[in-house]
Amino acid sequence: MTLRTEPVTINIGPHHPSTHGVFRLRVTFDGEVIVDAEPVFGYLHRGTEKLAEERTYVQFVTLTDRMDYVASMTNNQGWVLAVEKLAGITPSPRGVWLRMISAELQRIASHLVAIGFFLQDLGAFATPLMYTMRERERILDLFEILCGARITYSYMRPGGVFQDAPQEFWPRLDTFLKEMPHYVDEYERLISGNEIVLVRTKGIGKVPADTLINASASGPILRAAGVDWDLRKKDPYEFYDRVKFDLPLAKESDNFARYIVRIQEMRESLKIVTHCKEQIEPGPVRPKEVPFLVRPPRGDAYAHIEAPKGELGYYVVSDGSIAPYRCHVRAPSFINLTLLRDMLVGWKVADMIVTFGSIDINMGEVDR
Amino acid sequence: MTDAFLENAFFRNIYCNLASSASPRCAGGGPFGDGMFPAGMEWLAFLITAFVIIFLVVNAALLAVNIYIWGERRLVARLQARLGPNRWGPYGLLTPIADLIKILTKEDIVPAAADRLVFNLAPVLIVVPVLLVFAVIPFASSTWVADLNVGVLYIIAVLSVGSYSAVMAGWGSQNRYAMLGAFRAVALLVSYELPMVLALIGVLMITGSMSLVDVVHDQNVPFALVQPLGFLIFLIGSVAEIQRPPFDLAEAESELIGGYHTDYSGIKWGLFQAGEFMATIASAAIITTLFLSGWRGWGFLPSHIWFLIKLVAVLFAMTWLRGTLPRLRIDQVTAFAWKGLLPLAALNLVVSGVLSFIWPAPGVAELWVMAIVNLAVAAVSIFTLGLLLGPRPGERTTPAGSAVFMPAKREGTA
Repeated sequence: MTLRTEPVTINIGPHHPSTHGVFRLRVTFDGEVIVDAEPVFGYLHRGTEKLAEERTYVQFVTLTDRMDYVASMTNNQGWVLAVEKLAGITPSPRGVWLRMISAELQRIASHLVAIGFFLQDLGAFATPLMYTMRERERILDLFEILCGARITYSYMRPGGVFQDAPQEFWPRLDTFLKEMPHYVDEYERLISGNEIVLVRTKGIGKVPADTLINASASGPILRAAGVDWDLRKKDPYEFYDRVKFDLPLAKESDNFARYIVRIQEMRESLKIVTHCKEQIEPGPVRPKEVPFLVRPPRGDAYAHIEAPKGELGYYVVSDGSIAPYRCHVRAPSFINLTLLRDMLVGWKVADMIVTFGSIDINMGEVDR
Repeated sequence: MTDAFLENAFFRNIYCNLASSASPRCAGGGPFGDGMFPAGMEWLAFLITAFVIIFLVVNAALLAVNIYIWGERRLVARLQARLGPNRWGPYGLLTPIADLIKILTKEDIVPAAADRLVFNLAPVLIVVPVLLVFAVIPFASSTWVADLNVGVLYIIAVLSVGSYSAVMAGWGSQNRYAMLGAFRAVALLVSYELPMVLALIGVLMITGSMSLVDVVHDQNVPFALVQPLGFLIFLIGSVAEIQRPPFDLAEAESELIGGYHTDYSGIKWGLFQAGEFMATIASAAIITTLFLSGWRGWGFLPSHIWFLIKLVAVLFAMTWLRGTLPRLRIDQVTAFAWKGLLPLAALNLVVSGVLSFIWPAPGVAELWVMAIVNLAVAAVSIFTLGLLLGPRPGERTTPAGSAVFMPAKREGTA
């Protein structure tokens, strides 16, 4: 005897505890199994790209903070690189080193949030989240010393950064660099060997590498598929060709691989910060000749960086005035999120949330 | 009619001060006077005494829930490197009271599409069965409400009513999240009840009685040692029955928002929470009674203190699980019950049967022999099961980064 059953369509979100913001997912379930999933974006759309046309090149730095609000430093970095390229500004070396230090610290902070919420989605009742937040707090303290803000930094300017790091920053950074590897070990002891975590994440949410490449995905989810792609290595911007670090890769392309790649990237970022700290030299943090009102010549420029979530690109068109004529942001979260359907179909409800968490998206960046 | 509670001096005092001295139960006079009621009114005295007892037990259970909520929040906070509630009262002890006041003043919303009768009945049905469990638990050497000769069976029967509540809440809410949660809850409860009951039979074979009072009386050696396999199965089964992590998938917050109580608000939601915490305490009390020798202990502390110590230890372990483990998936949970726990429970049944056949009425020495045999069986069977159910060789790489084929060197950890 066969019972007549029918699939059920459920709206996950836009108000749901684990959609990481206002994300909506129309899922069709057959019992507990997902047969279809359709991501719906746009609930946090603020028209950032249009707003850029109304602001000067420096003013827009504050708006880039609001896109990926757990990784504001890297957003600043991508924008100032694009403006420098457009206006032909050569940044001062000390400013570049400071930008690299803050960007790598930001990468650690962003991965901490990613791992914490990934485990929260797994149902770990906030314990790993509280642990990772504890260390993120220390990074935010460092940023507070650096620029006075804890979330929306607006630290970077075309040509460098707006102020030098105060004296007390460096000993605090040294302490952090010394202690952070122990904390990463602690997460690994708590999470990486946990039988339930392994059974819930290994082999789940698999995507083949060519699908990822075709969708132009980037960041940890691409490296978790074994694709050796990191802009810091492939197209070194700033002084990334002067620091030594390895590229953590995994080949499984499942949820656990994405998690473990992030864990290893945090260790690599600590290495990069150490190298930057060794090579930084005294000098101005911003060249004197760069005007406050940048007025680039007519033309366009595209600059991309390896943000914590993937390739973050800014395409800017100038008409010769003090404001950009057009600005487009290539947001890694948005492009990685388009793969969600490929990852979900065939898995269960519980896997849906975990896979979604493993992509590590930020709705502020998806909808911009 | 059962009058076992009159063996307790306190309750007997109440009864005999009410009933006339002609009552056969108060024969011998002693400290009791003539009683307030004339002869022939013993039924009224009995009723009042019973009411007092029920009032005490119910309120003690509710108070225990309050203290347990506070304790769990504090403990989980410590596990999570936080402080936990510490504002209201000393060490935040009044926080559950403040929560209760908040819950009582919230608006009680019934969804328009809900089946009102079913929707309103569900929170009641989750609390009442759990309260009934406390009736048969011997809290101390002479403190219990009823000494049922089918006590263990009664507990199993009463606790399984909880699954009705889940289904009613899920169905009555007319909400798809709630429905999914209810399905999960039922799948979970049905799967885990079977190995739990089978694990209990091992205990019953040794004691030869279903009365919980007798079970404690016969536990010269804690049955957790005599029946290690049964204890483990029952412990895991209990955690699953009360749907606490890692088996909390029926109300998985990150997936189903609140599971079957998604649509509840105000005091009805509070009843679900109270029912859940009360079920945890009840399960801990059952485990204490059946496997940790109940109120028995050494003479330097009164028996109810021993019961409390063991109860708190079990609750501590359950809270620890909650603070550490992520959630399992529904198919993994049920597979673990049917493929893992059920064969183990069956094996435990066979071994216990053979041992009970050899020693029908075991003394202390025989209990220790049984403990050794059962421990060996438990170790071997759990190991074998791990080999059978665990990952195939090569399927599971060792944790901590060996999935990465270019492992980053660890440095700076000096």
